[in-house]
Amino acid sequence: MNYLASVGSYAIMIREVFKKPTKWRIMKSLIFKEIDELIFSSLGIIIFISFFIGAVVAIQTALNLTNPLIPRDLIGFATRQSVILEFAPTFVSIIMAGKVGSYITSSIGTMRVTEQIDALEVMGVNSLNYLVFPKIIAMLFYPFAIAISMYVGIFGGWMAGVFGGFLTSEDFITGLQSDFVPFHIAYAFVKTLIFAFAIATIPSFHGFYMRGGALEVGKASTTAFVWTSVVIIILNYILTQLLLG
Amino acid sequence: MIEVRDIHKSFGDAHILKGISTTFEKGKTNLIIGQSGSGKTVFLKCLLGLFEPEEGGIAYDGKLYADLADEEKRDLRQEMGMVFQGSALFDSMTVEGNVKFPLEMFTKQSKSEMKDRVDAVLKRVNLIDAHHKFPSEISGGMQKRVAIARAIVMNPKYLFCDEPNSGLDPKTAILIDNLIKEITEEYNITTVINTHDMNSVMQIGEKITFLKDGLLEWEGTKNEIFKTDNEAVTNFVYSSDLFKKVRQMYIKEQN
Repeated sequence: MNYLASVGSYAIMIREVFKKPTKWRIMKSLIFKEIDELIFSSLGIIIFISFFIGAVVAIQTALNLTNPLIPRDLIGFATRQSVILEFAPTFVSIIMAGKVGSYITSSIGTMRVTEQIDALEVMGVNSLNYLVFPKIIAMLFYPFAIAISMYVGIFGGWMAGVFGGFLTSEDFITGLQSDFVPFHIAYAFVKTLIFAFAIATIPSFHGFYMRGGALEVGKASTTAFVWTSVVIIILNYILTQLLLG
Repeated sequence: MIEVRDIHKSFGDAHILKGISTTFEKGKTNLIIGQSGSGKTVFLKCLLGLFEPEEGGIAYDGKLYADLADEEKRDLRQEMGMVFQGSALFDSMTVEGNVKFPLEMFTKQSKSEMKDRVDAVLKRVNLIDAHHKFPSEISGGMQKRVAIARAIVMNPKYLFCDEPNSGLDPKTAILIDNLIKEITEEYNITTVINTHDMNSVMQIGEKITFLKDGLLEWEGTKNEIFKTDNEAVTNFVYSSDLFKKVRQMYIKEQN
């Protein structure tokens, strides 16, 4: 019953986020600030993770190709498919649920604990619109980060494959270009956008409705990460079934 | 003026406010006192419109809050200023940013007009060189003064303060009390202060409302509180030896 009540509260929160908008002049600066906090400040970790994930996928594929009849360019193909379909959109989103999600929950939760949200409400500000809406808009730029992740992941695979002596650069590029389905890119970005919404709103929900003090802010951040990850994994399954199944 | 008409408020099975009626007059510092759990905070949040009572109503200058349309409620909120117990300053903004926030949100003033207004209210609360400091860089007393400046920057009709001098040293607490009283008289606003501090009661309490178990137990002025024989009030107000002695001296002086 508690879970159902939380889902109901979450739906009400989403409705409130889009009601009674904050003045555009102020909202614009909040959106730019959130793009900086949520997207630009995450690029470093996204690039780092993507590079090594791509590299590991390439090495593992190469080490499992023991049959001489299977062409080596399959390494490039497998790296591309793994990175574009799963690792960039899903794996990176789970990392972002931890990095960005904990930032969102703790910042909103601290505002709750220190009565800053009450101060907004007393002034007549729609605190949900003021706090959550800019995060949702900022996360619309998340697919750009995932596009970078895809590029860097494949580049990592190329580096590991070629410099590890598993295949030539030409073989990797041949594999990369073979049987390319453009819809896979669309599928990845649709997933990314939906995950972005979850990453912006679920941690906001846990921060906004938390009660207690500093310790509870920490607990809320952990709970937000767990639930955002669970939702991403479930949505990943549903979207894959709907779009590729 | 704020008229409270028989308000009731519950949370689940807990009946917190059990029918409170009173009035808070314009240009006066009205104090709400009572033990922890007496319903003071819930009462203040009802006055602020953060909680809506299940029964009864609150009228602001004759307008019943429950009868107002959403837009009118929003407009009314902009006529309210609030000083929170922990100041509730936006910690990512400077002092100037905090005070300017309501002006940016709700007015169409130019940057120079906003700056002039911010300078004026910060000067009024005796904060001159703190414009570019963050709340974490100033003392508790200064934070309270910034909170007061933010609360009055929109020229409110109603000022609410929750424990405005908690956590402050006695000298700063008196300064904050006096500042609130001066501002109340100067701006002719209805001020309601939720407090535990008996020094505040003696210093600025023009009307004192004592709550007990969600009911209004006693009301009166700071002079009347010395003479009252209401046991709950005397047990609460004169729980310390110092205040007992002050009371005895006052009664002796009057006789």
